Amino acid sequence: MKTEIDKGDAIAGILFILAGLFFAYQSLGMELGTSLRMGPGYFPLVLAGVLILLGVTVMVKAVRNEAEPIGPLAIRGILLILPAPIFFGLTVRGLGFVVSLFLTALIAAFASRKMKPHYAVLLAVLVTIFSTLVFSYALGLPFQRFGPWLRF
Amino acid sequence: MDFLSNLALGFATATSFANLGFCLIGVILGTLVGVLPGIGATATIAMLLPITFQLEPVSSLIMLAGIYYGAQYGGSTTAILINMPGESSSAVTAIDGYQLARRGKAGTALAVAALGSFFAGSVSTFLVAIFAPPLTVVALKFGAAEYFSLMVLGLVSSVALAHGSILKALAMVVLGLLLGLVGTDIYSGTPRFIMGIREYADGLNFVAVAVGVFGIAEILRNLESEQTREVMKTNVRNLWPSREDFKRMVAPVLRGTALGSALGILPGGGAILASFASYTVEKRISKNPQEFGRGAIEGVAGPESANNAGAQTSFIPLLTLGIPANPVMALMVGAMIIQGIVPGPNVATEQPALFWGIIASMWIGNLMLIVLNLPLIGLWVKLLTVPYYVLFPIIMAFCSIGVYSVRSNVYDLYAVAAFGLLGYVMLKLRCEPAPLLLGFVLGPLLEENLRRAMILSRGDPATFATRPISAGLLLLSLVVLIVVFLPQVRKKRDEVFVEDN
Repeated sequence: MKTEIDKGDAIAGILFILAGLFFAYQSLGMELGTSLRMGPGYFPLVLAGVLILLGVTVMVKAVRNEAEPIGPLAIRGILLILPAPIFFGLTVRGLGFVVSLFLTALIAAFASRKMKPHYAVLLAVLVTIFSTLVFSYALGLPFQRFGPWLRF
Repeated sequence: MDFLSNLALGFATATSFANLGFCLIGVILGTLVGVLPGIGATATIAMLLPITFQLEPVSSLIMLAGIYYGAQYGGSTTAILINMPGESSSAVTAIDGYQLARRGKAGTALAVAALGSFFAGSVSTFLVAIFAPPLTVVALKFGAAEYFSLMVLGLVSSVALAHGSILKALAMVVLGLLLGLVGTDIYSGTPRFIMGIREYADGLNFVAVAVGVFGIAEILRNLESEQTREVMKTNVRNLWPSREDFKRMVAPVLRGTALGSALGILPGGGAILASFASYTVEKRISKNPQEFGRGAIEGVAGPESANNAGAQTSFIPLLTLGIPANPVMALMVGAMIIQGIVPGPNVATEQPALFWGIIASMWIGNLMLIVLNLPLIGLWVKLLTVPYYVLFPIIMAFCSIGVYSVRSNVYDLYAVAAFGLLGYVMLKLRCEPAPLLLGFVLGPLLEENLRRAMILSRGDPATFATRPISAGLLLLSLVVLIVVFLPQVRKKRDEVFVEDN
């Protein structure tokens, strides 16, 4: 019988252990208290201990007869989708809602290989117009439409 | 009779012009996200949550509920037509529904699904109306220990109902609980796990976490291998089922409704379990089980009724105890808190119009769905052909706006990106996000009730075992855990979930 290591389970186990260690370490820096009057560190420390135990078990169980492959990773997606909300966060106050949203949608649009540049611009324009009308004008959410960076 | 006057109050509230409108918007949006790929009800409700700040509490909850059960309907449409369940609870429908569609009976399958869902939705709405009030009476007797034990039961069942490895699902719950504790400790004011970022002192934003692990992670997964979705060029005109089909669907619909209503109350995602359970039951008692998997009407009628019934009755724990049964219900808790309503047994007595209005709106919403779905099916089918690359820039824009408008905190947007990455990594490692989110919501509540129970019992942990309701709930959790770890049940469970792929 051939034994293999399931990479997915092994990595998951390691991540759970690392997360558990992080929370345990942080909890130890806080007051633990007693089980009658629990301090801020008590419950998280217990949970972190359980998480580490579970992580170890998951890792041990990763060694078995058949391993499942992890499959392809969406690298282009990660590089373009994840920065979109971050960009919106960095610029929404400075550039204002309208410009910031347009650029956010534009960045996200290029995450797909199938997107053509002129479609992306058109799509971003439409999304921006629609959102500005709905969220800013109709629903009255308190956004500054054009921010201080654009004023001269 | 009390029950009738309550229902009358509910219908009066739900049929006001504005509320009918919001119900309609909700079910249309729900059907839309159910049909469109890559975005589910959870992410949609999370994004729309901030918008509901401006609305009346009743209207906002009616609309959000509409999205939830609208998505169940829309999900079955994609399951039948393109073998791609829009919502996980319609995964079972795809097995026989798609086969029916391939045999040119797509119209029948869609109609059976819609009629079954409508029947189940109507019955279970009545069940919610009948059973919710007595349960609130029981719930008023709940103390800290009972709440703690109830939440333990909820978390344990969410593990039992998750796909794949139970161990990993348990770890996800614990990780979720820990993430839920990030922020200021309510007893001592100590900031916890915020790594010096003051913007997270109020805790991680629930909307950001939900959008990240459900919405963004799903987008990334769809971007892995971009394929065009093939829509069946099939005849969806012959909608009305034949007399023969009607005869075959009656019994499965009745059984599915009963199963779904019972399982939906279980905390932890009963609707999904209900559709699987119903499929298994129908296959077992059928006279010709070999038809299953090749286009059996029963295989569509039963699970569809079951998942819709389960979707309705999962409101019972929310409305009576304030405990969410699944991630969508957790978002509803969020919506209620934002509106200044404390979810729990007091809602029924303090806000009868809200409580009964939501219940009545469920029935109205189901009626709207059947009207929307059957005649307009051609329109929904057209929507299936919308290419995915057009959708996700729109989703990303709405995500960003939605998350930012909750509390105008740009750090919430960074959290979206972080949780999107976490959600995607977990997805790749085959860890389910639903238990994590449920843990995240219940984390602070669990800790608070644990601490309060321990103070009340003067530090004696036996309090959880000596109070009868609490002991019963903990015992039940233990039974659930033991059952899912039993070798036979595990094997069976694996089989059930495999059919989904």
